Amino acid sequence: MTRIRFHRKLDDLKERLLVMAGMAEQAIQRAVEAYRVRDLSLCDLVVRSEISINSFEREIDQMALDLLAMEQPMAIDLRFILAVIKINADLERVGDQAVSISERVRDLQAFPVVDLPVDIPRMASLASAMVRKALQGFIEADAEMATSVLTMDDSVDKLNDAAFFALSNLIKEQPRYTPQALHALMIARNLERVGDHATNIAEDVIFWVRGADVRHHIST
Amino acid sequence: MGVAIEVTDLNAWYGTNHTLQSISLKIPANHATALIGPSGCGKSTFVRCLNRMHETNPIARVTGTVRVGPTDIYAQSSPVEIRRRIGMVFQRPNPFPTMSIYDNVASGLRLNGYRNRKILDEVVERSLQQAALWDEVKSDLKKKSGASLSGGQQQRLCIARALAVDPEVMLMDEPASALDPVSTAKIEDLIFQLKSQYTIVIVTHNMQQAARVAENTGFFLNGKLVEFDATHKIFTNPTDKRTEDYITGRFG
Repeated sequence: MTRIRFHRKLDDLKERLLVMAGMAEQAIQRAVEAYRVRDLSLCDLVVRSEISINSFEREIDQMALDLLAMEQPMAIDLRFILAVIKINADLERVGDQAVSISERVRDLQAFPVVDLPVDIPRMASLASAMVRKALQGFIEADAEMATSVLTMDDSVDKLNDAAFFALSNLIKEQPRYTPQALHALMIARNLERVGDHATNIAEDVIFWVRGADVRHHIST
Repeated sequence: MGVAIEVTDLNAWYGTNHTLQSISLKIPANHATALIGPSGCGKSTFVRCLNRMHETNPIARVTGTVRVGPTDIYAQSSPVEIRRRIGMVFQRPNPFPTMSIYDNVASGLRLNGYRNRKILDEVVERSLQQAALWDEVKSDLKKKSGASLSGGQQQRLCIARALAVDPEVMLMDEPASALDPVSTAKIEDLIFQLKSQYTIVIVTHNMQQAARVAENTGFFLNGKLVEFDATHKIFTNPTDKRTEDYITGRFG
């Protein structure tokens, strides 16, 4: 009864998801780099990559749907496919956040560059590290590694809160910088959302590997 | 949830072959319990031990206890009475081929000494209704033989025949494996309805079927009960690696 073909198809599904993950990760890195050096060509790359990411999302969903319909997966295989479907949606949203950041960078071009009290590259580095670690957990079926991502989310949230506080004060004290501050605030918010998606991915990895639902700080 | 069958340290042999090794489990009343496992794992031997069918083979032997309600079935002297209380349906429908549909259903009652026509009529109708066959055969009860029915109908006839003697437990050994998908769906619907009144134990190779009809599932391997748990647990997150490897097709 060994289901070699089915397990090959599961491997293919994993491989496709990892290709898409690489694209989503790269999109975030490019968007943040575009912000850092104000490079609009990078913004164009991010917007173009979204088309591929969306196409991957549809393909992966279809592959997962076919496997559910045709193979009647059980236990760890069933959990794997369910996790892939959810991770797929989160990666597509990571791609959307990258596009959103790129659009902010474009809008910022209309304003002079100012030194804002927010460390976007640091936030980006933390959020990207979360995505990378969650995906590493997925590659290695390592629930421990995925669990460590959950604790990292607090740091990104704190940076986002600090950005909100500092940029609100800036708007009050130096209203002429309001457009730049608002765009930076939205970018911080985008990065905070990337951290949330990484958390979701990590939770899905834990569900796949251990069969435990750890969402919303409830463990079953 | 009451316990219908309590099995303790059950061992079975065919000659020198130790086919069941130290099986202990409690099968809940008024629920369906599925037994899965690869061919030769002992699941069919196990159900045959639950109504003393195993011992009909001259080289077979059993030790341990099986309690059905308060009765230790191996201490009870009459295997016939045990088999009345614990009915069985097999993989291939086996109606008595020369008997009419009516006589097939009434056969168990007649064997138990019932002769009253009115009672027999009532029981035959009730049993065929319970087996969801009544509407299809009521006009030909005494005209048609059991063998003239389709495979799916024959299997429901066998279920009606087992129900007619008012059992507490129904053992089903791959009851749908020889049937087409429509007949299989009918048998599964039937199991779903019957389990409110009877305790059902079903051996199946079809894991989706186990997942659809049973609240609890046991996985047998090499004569041992590897895992027994709620069906949703077995099929989504089994505890034992061997169960997981089997249901995900990583060995077999």
